[in-house]
Amino acid sequence: MGTVAAHGLRKSFGKVQALDGVTLDVPDGSFFVVLGPSGAGKTTTLRAIAGLEKLDAGSVHLDGRDATGDTPAARDLAMVFQSYALYPRHTAYENIASPLRARRCSSSEIAAAVERMSNLLHIERLLQRRPAQLSGGEMQRVALARALVRSPRAFLMDEPLTNLDLKLRVEMRTELTRIHRSLGATFVYVTNDQVEALSMADQVAVLKEGKVQQVGTPAEVYERPANQWVAGFVGSPPISLLACHAEGDRLVGAEGWTLPRPRWTTAEDGRPLLLGLRAEDLSVEQRGNASLSGELYGLEPLGDRTVVDVRVGAEILKVKARPTVTGTPGERLHVTVDLDRAHLFDAGTGLALSEAGR
Amino acid sequence: MAVSVDEAASTGPVRDRTPRARRFGGRGRSVLEVALLTVLAVVMLFPVLWMIETSIKENRDVYAIPAKFFDFKVTLDHFKDVFFSSGGGRSSLSVSFLNSVVVAGISTVLATVLGVPAAWAYSRFAVKAKKDQLFFILSTRFMPPVVVVIPIFLMYRQLGLIDTKLGLILIYTAFNVPFTIWMMKGFVDEVPAEYEDAAMLDGYTRLQAFRRFTLPLLLPGIAATAVFALIFSWNEFVFAIFLTSGDSVRTAPPAIAGLIGGTTVDWGLVAAASVVFALPVLVFAYLVRKHLIAGVTLGAVRR
Ligand SMILES: Nc1ncnc2c1ncn2[C@@H]1O[C@H](COP(=O)(O)OP(=O)(O)O)[C@@H](O)[C@H]1O
Ligand SMILES: [Mg+2]
Repeated sequence: MGTVAAHGLRKSFGKVQALDGVTLDVPDGSFFVVLGPSGAGKTTTLRAIAGLEKLDAGSVHLDGRDATGDTPAARDLAMVFQSYALYPRHTAYENIASPLRARRCSSSEIAAAVERMSNLLHIERLLQRRPAQLSGGEMQRVALARALVRSPRAFLMDEPLTNLDLKLRVEMRTELTRIHRSLGATFVYVTNDQVEALSMADQVAVLKEGKVQQVGTPAEVYERPANQWVAGFVGSPPISLLACHAEGDRLVGAEGWTLPRPRWTTAEDGRPLLLGLRAEDLSVEQRGNASLSGELYGLEPLGDRTVVDVRVGAEILKVKARPTVTGTPGERLHVTVDLDRAHLFDAGTGLALSEAGR
Repeated sequence: MAVSVDEAASTGPVRDRTPRARRFGGRGRSVLEVALLTVLAVVMLFPVLWMIETSIKENRDVYAIPAKFFDFKVTLDHFKDVFFSSGGGRSSLSVSFLNSVVVAGISTVLATVLGVPAAWAYSRFAVKAKKDQLFFILSTRFMPPVVVVIPIFLMYRQLGLIDTKLGLILIYTAFNVPFTIWMMKGFVDEVPAEYEDAAMLDGYTRLQAFRRFTLPLLLPGIAATAVFALIFSWNEFVFAIFLTSGDSVRTAPPAIAGLIGGTTVDWGLVAAASVVFALPVLVFAYLVRKHLIAGVTLGAVRR
C-alpha cells in the first residue's frame, strides 16, 4: 500500500502564497509527477506531504489515514531533496545506511542493504567517499540510494535530475523508470522539465503559482490541455497561440486569416478566442485546403527536425519540419493546419473550450 | 579542541603569498621596515616584558633605581608566593585563581548549554516577532556592568547571593547567554536545515536530527563561542569586586587588584600573579585568533 492524498493544501510565506489549495490524489504504485515552473510551489508541496512544512490549511492522508499532524518520521516516507542534503561528515556508505540506523537495523542487514543499493545504482566504488568528494551525478545516486534503501509508503523526489548534465539526465530517466517498475512503489516526483514529466509519469499534475492547473495522464495533458497556460508550458517547441473569433462556419483571425471552424467548437460568434496549434500539427511542406499564409521568420535546426518560425501578421507560428527544409527569411509560405488536432481557448479566461463533440 | 577550532577557521582570509619585492641587496625585508617593526614591537610589548621581568626579579632588583633591565638575578620566589602562603599551605591568591576557574568554567558551560539550543531554535523555527526577541536579548548587553551592578547588588542581598560563587556564576551566565545566542545563531544559520529534514525522513526525531547531524557541524563554532564567554568571565572585574569580598569567594581580578593599595606593594607578587592570570587568556585567544575577526563581522561569516 502507498496512496498519498493531499487535500486543499494552503501555505503562505509572508506575502507569498506558496500553496493555494493544492489537491493531489496519488494512487498506489503510480509514478506521479508534479510539473511546474520554478516557484510554482512544487518543493513546498512535497515538504508538506513529508511533514516538514506546517500548513495553513489542508490535510494529508497516507494510505487512507489522516497523517496531517504526524511527524516526518511517523509518516514512513523517503525523500530525495533538490539539493540532495547528503550529510557532509558521513561517507556515502553511512549516508545510505542512515535510514536503517535510525530504525536500529543490525550491521549485517545494513551492509547487505547498502550493497544491494550500490549495485543497483552503480556506486560501489564511491561508498567510502564523503559528499565533497563526489560529483553532482554521484551525489544524486547516493541520495537516491539513501531513499531507496528501505521500503517506505512512498518516495518523494524533488527535481532529482535537474542538476545533472543532459546525457546523465536522459540515462537516469530510464534508470528511474526501471527502478519504479521493479519496486512497484509509489513515486511522487517533482520536476520543472516537461520532457521528464511526459516520458516518466503515469499521471501528471501541472502546478502554477500554488494552484493545480490540470491532473491527467501525460497524453491527456498534452492532447487536451485544460487551459492556455498548460498548453504553453507542456510541449516543445511551445504551442503557437493565435487570436481569433468564430464567425458562422469560419474562424477569423485577428491578423486577417480565415480557417474552417472545427465542428466541435461550441463558442458563439464573436467571442474572443485563442487558437492553439502545436508544431507537429502544422506543416510547411504539404499542400492542403486548410492553410495559413505568412512569411518565413527564422529556422531552428535541431538535428532530427527543424523548427520553422512563420510570421502571420504580428504572430509567430512554430512549425515542425524535416531537417532538410530550407528557405530565406521573408519568403512567403503556406502553413497547412491539421484542424482536428487544434485547441481553442477562451481568450478572457484562458480555459479550453469544451471538446465534448470531438 | 585546538584542532577543531583551527579547522573551523581554516578558510579565514588567505595570506598574501606573492613574494615580497626584493630590496636592499636582496634581503627579504627592508632595513626601514625591520626598524619600524622593532620600535612598534618594543612600545607595544614593553609593559608585558616589564611585567614578566618584574615577576622573576628579586625584590632588591624590583625596587632598584635606576631600574635594572638585564643584570638582575632571576628568581621564581614570586611565583611560589602566588600559590603558597608564607607559612606553607595554599595562598589566598591561589584560592582566588581556583575560584576564577570554577566561576568562569561553570558560567561558560551554562551559557553554552542554554545558548546553543536557543540559537538553534531561533535559526530553525518560525518564532513570533523573532527579530524583536533577538534584539531584546542583545539589548540586555547594552548596559555596562557598572550601570547595573547596584540594582543587582540590592537584589542579590535579598536573595542571599552576595559573596557567593553561585551569584557570580549566575550573573556571568546571564551576561554570556545573549552573546552565545547571537554568535551561535550565525553558525547555525550556516548549516543547511535540510540535513535535519533529511534525518527526520530517515526516521530520527527532530532532537535526534539536531544532535546527530547538526551539532557535530557546530562544534568548531561552539568551541570558539565558549572561549569568548570564558575570556569574558575570566576577565570580569566590576561585578566581582562589588558582589564578593571574602577571600574564599573572590576571583582573581579583584584579588590581584587587592594586592595594590597597602602601605607597601609587593610588585614582584603583583607581576607574577598577573602573568599567571594572563596566561590562560593568551592561550585561548591564540586558539580562536581567526574568530576574533569573524566575531566582529558576525553574520558575514562564510565557511
Ligand atoms: N522557506 C521559505 N520562506 C519564504 N518563501 C518561501 C520559502 N519556501 C518557498 N518560498 C516561496 O514559495 C514559493 C514556492 O516555492 P517552492 O515550493 O520552492 O517552488 P518550486 O519548488 O516549485 O520552485 C516561491 O515563491 C518561494 O519563493
Ligand atoms: Mg523546488
